[in-house]
Amino acid sequence: MDPLSPPDESASDQMREPMSVAAQLPPPVRRIAVEGAPTIAQPPAGGNGHGGAATVAPPLKRMPRADTAPVERMRTEALSIAYGQKLAVNQVSLSVRQGEVLALIGPSGCGKTTLLRSLNRLVDLTPAATRGGRILLDGEDVDLFDVTQLRRRVGMLFQQPNPFPMSIFDNVAYGLRERGSKKPSKRELEPAVVGALQRAGLFDEVKDNLDHPALALSGGQQQRLCIARSLAIQPEVLLLDEPCSALDPISTQTIEETIVSLRTDIAIVIVTHNLQQAQRVADHVAFMYLGDLIEYGEAERVFGSPVAERTREYVSGGFG
Amino acid sequence: MSAHTHAQVPSPPAASPLPGGRKSAEESWSRGDKIGVVMAWAAGILLCVVAATIVIYMLFRGLQYLSFSLLATHPEVGLDQSKTGGFLDPIEGTVILTILGTLIAAPLGVGIAVWLSEYARPAWLARAVESGVEIVAGTPSIVLAIFGLLIFQQSFFGFLSFTAEGNAVFGRSFFTAGAMMALIALPLIVGSTREALQSIPSHVREASYALGKDRISTIRRVLLPASRRGIGTGVTLGMGRIVGDTAIVVILLGASLQIAPENGTPVWGLLKGTGSTLTTYVYNNSPAGEGGAPQKAYAAAFVLLVIVILLNFAVDLIARRKEPGWTH
Repeated sequence: MDPLSPPDESASDQMREPMSVAAQLPPPVRRIAVEGAPTIAQPPAGGNGHGGAATVAPPLKRMPRADTAPVERMRTEALSIAYGQKLAVNQVSLSVRQGEVLALIGPSGCGKTTLLRSLNRLVDLTPAATRGGRILLDGEDVDLFDVTQLRRRVGMLFQQPNPFPMSIFDNVAYGLRERGSKKPSKRELEPAVVGALQRAGLFDEVKDNLDHPALALSGGQQQRLCIARSLAIQPEVLLLDEPCSALDPISTQTIEETIVSLRTDIAIVIVTHNLQQAQRVADHVAFMYLGDLIEYGEAERVFGSPVAERTREYVSGGFG
Repeated sequence: MSAHTHAQVPSPPAASPLPGGRKSAEESWSRGDKIGVVMAWAAGILLCVVAATIVIYMLFRGLQYLSFSLLATHPEVGLDQSKTGGFLDPIEGTVILTILGTLIAAPLGVGIAVWLSEYARPAWLARAVESGVEIVAGTPSIVLAIFGLLIFQQSFFGFLSFTAEGNAVFGRSFFTAGAMMALIALPLIVGSTREALQSIPSHVREASYALGKDRISTIRRVLLPASRRGIGTGVTLGMGRIVGDTAIVVILLGASLQIAPENGTPVWGLLKGTGSTLTTYVYNNSPAGEGGAPQKAYAAAFVLLVIVILLNFAVDLIARRKEPGWTH
């Protein structure tokens, strides 16, 4: 029997006179909140991120830095984006490096998602959007790229998992299949598909069901499938737009581990509302507020000793 | 926390015995609201009764007169009802016309829906297309039929029907009737497909673009497969409309007793020829129409009703099948 449940005697008292007891006491929820010690989720001692299924997202141990020095792959120069008259991103210059994870943080409407979506020119799809400044990929203006080529080099993961209504295999192979006459066979595609699923940490779970519909997977598996789908076309930059906001803590942890493991080969930019997530995965952090880039620097520095007053307030939970 | 402290905290009572009891919301309704609710109930039940009456009556009448020979013999001209045969040709005509109309309407309707949902530029053209679809949907089929006859009797369309001596184009054939039937099925297909396309979250399209795909491959490989239920529903609803239409058959199919193929290649000649469907057969044989064979009319009407009910059942089956989808 549960030691916390009331003795049988008093329980039957309550059943006999529910009104009188209930009238004398404040609502139970309040009492418990006042009397009970607050429960704080503590990381298990020596937690290494693999504390078992019951553990709620223990702090991820930052993976050791990549051996190679970070290489700049993308850069924005005085980038401004406006929707009609409204300026969403104002004169932002920052660089995206391979070998590290860049987190864009800031309150809602600060322009971080707009900035992210401009890097693969997805903002172009919004008719009212206008852009100033430059975005460079390996020193070349992204406007000079064929947009489909650019997007094959700069992949993206969305807030909601969005696998296509086809099999798991076909989802990953989707980006590999070109339009036109030369259609690679399933056998030709298989190594790439399997490799992408392995890198996304999904292969072991789906290896026997590659022909099953992707939309029947769980939310976390779907998001990892979307990662695999992006990885299959071997992007050089990967943009993540709050990739875990719709997921449970366990899936979040798996995806964070995947993100960190990918950064050696791929430059990663992640937009997140979750400051703890930024602390867990980011090497560099850019804090944006109302379209302005307020602070940009190494994650430890921005979270530990922020320079700007706004940043200090935000990372300490003062607003958001 | 001690057991004693805990015991003082009662769990909320399961049922709430508030003094005076809980008033249900209905009791405080005004007289007008109460009458309204009763009327709504009555209307719903009445509709069920009407539908059940039709089905049961037709079932009774239909099964009374229906026989296999009626389904399998060609209709003949004769003064004696025992020699006028069955309605094999009208059944075939219904099937041919429905398939032909659907084959024309489905690609057209899906195309219009895709354009309206994914392109729709310039805006004035999109509005015009929308209004066009609405006007076609609202036009009585007899008007479409007469208009169709006007069009298809032009010599330009002579290849679609029988051309008499002196180059007079008859204008009546499975082709011309099918074309106009496609128009009455079209709005249903457009509406249903468009709704399905618009229910796909925009981030799904963006995910495809983000993989370096253009709009065409996104539509073909992602959006249309995701809309197949909506397309299926629209097509099946459209088939139901075609099966049940009479005016276009009377005016554009000739409503000839037997299927009368034109000379030429088998299929092409058949489609160039005239025929009838179950609807015109019922009309021509019922006392309300021209004929004096109510038994055959009832039997044919029963077959027609069964086809329509089966189509509705198919729509339900398609629409209800639960498929996992996306979060918006």
